[in-house]
Amino acid sequence: MTWTATDIALMLGKIVLLYAIILTGAAYLVLAERRILGFLQDRIGPNRVGPFGLLQPLADVIKMITKEDMIPKAADRLLFSMAPAMAAIPAILTFAIIPVGAPLQIFGRQVNLQIADLNVGVLFFMALSSVAVYGVALGGWASNSKYALLGSIRGLSQLISYELSMGLSLVPVVMLAKSLSLADIVNAQADMPFIVYQPVAFVIFLVSILAECRRIPFDLPEAEGELVAGFHTEYSGMRFGLFFVGEYINIISLSSLASLFFLGGWRGPLLPPILWFFIKVGLFSFLFIWVRGTLPRLRYDQLMHLGWKFLTPLALLNILVTGWWLALR
Amino acid sequence: MPILNDIKEILTGLSITFRHIFRKPVTVQFPEERRAMPERFRGSIVLTRDPDGAERCVACYLCSGACPVDCISMAAAEGENGLRYAAWFRINFSRCILCGMCAEACPTLAIQMSPEMFHCKRQVIDMVYEKEDLLIDGTGKDPNYNFYRHAGTGVVQPRGHGAGEQAPADPRSLLP
Repeated sequence: MTWTATDIALMLGKIVLLYAIILTGAAYLVLAERRILGFLQDRIGPNRVGPFGLLQPLADVIKMITKEDMIPKAADRLLFSMAPAMAAIPAILTFAIIPVGAPLQIFGRQVNLQIADLNVGVLFFMALSSVAVYGVALGGWASNSKYALLGSIRGLSQLISYELSMGLSLVPVVMLAKSLSLADIVNAQADMPFIVYQPVAFVIFLVSILAECRRIPFDLPEAEGELVAGFHTEYSGMRFGLFFVGEYINIISLSSLASLFFLGGWRGPLLPPILWFFIKVGLFSFLFIWVRGTLPRLRYDQLMHLGWKFLTPLALLNILVTGWWLALR
Repeated sequence: MPILNDIKEILTGLSITFRHIFRKPVTVQFPEERRAMPERFRGSIVLTRDPDGAERCVACYLCSGACPVDCISMAAAEGENGLRYAAWFRINFSRCILCGMCAEACPTLAIQMSPEMFHCKRQVIDMVYEKEDLLIDGTGKDPNYNFYRHAGTGVVQPRGHGAGEQAPADPRSLLP
């Protein structure tokens, strides 16, 4: 395929648009989280800045930027400044493979609402989710602080306990769709979303992405109350903000992936595809916030117990059963 | 199966928090909304008047003596009719701890705690309340109490006006 000027312009347009949408989305997810957590706890939440507090993200950004940006004396300066980007960039990159809607026909050309339809999309996502933990690990290590180091060690040990079950829970999806490309996975769910065939894989994936986001009940690397703020204890100002935004972009991207793998992505009756996609992502994001407002934090041996002794064998069994079912069908 | 029990517990927790979304928030948005404080709430201090509208305070210094943080000061003066009153009366609310001991000590029920509770100023000096700021037009908690009607006045004529009595000396002019 040769690239014409129109193709490049279209691609740039899509990238810029997606950037704008996910960054605004992440900023407003922060607000949504604070308000919904408020409602869950019979409070109101931030409602002062603008109507219903809608300008709160702007105020947060101004606050973050104008704060002093401190680097501890004993920190490894290079890694310390790189770590927030290493946490946020993989989360943003994941969006490159997410189809947000049905292909459009504009002026006779087909426009995919997806930046790159990789034929190894699932693997790309798994790889990025493993890279993302380097932000945590190096950020904690470079801070040269005991709390940050403990947090990053926990982040790594958490990674090896959920990553396996997350990968294994996606294998049945790939088996059913017979493809690793996300567009094909969505197309394979044309008549029935995979959650109907794979409820167990869905639950395993859901638990794993909760751990992947490092959020309550699996927020062991942060664990305020035990580790101050875990891996980002020493961070301040916009560097901390980048960790924070990365976490929320991660929520959006993992919500999108959960809806792509199990709820049929943008497919749905009556409403336009993009709207369906946003509704599903919104529902998953709400679930994240709702779970955060409900459950306490696990001990890290409990997390590892859950990951190694329960989720991973269950996912393996699920693959076996799916294989039998596909073979005997 | 303990796992089923665990799942049930998690779902119970989730349903409880979900129900709380629709509950009315308990938040009081302070400067706009204000909680009605109970009548006996120990809030800011006021000076009340008796039912006839005269000041109740007789400048006896008991409140100032009872105050554990020494935030009340005043100067006594005597009126034409021989009744004592406070020439000036000052409460420094930046020191006041709202303990209510002044109100307990007051023999004339002049100084009372009101349910008002906001002292918020930009300048510390604005926290110092003078007599004009403290005096209210009401009788406060005991609407019918009038100290002099119970105690009598005792002084029938202004000082220095009796037979064979000299005008009181001004102590300030006697200083060496």
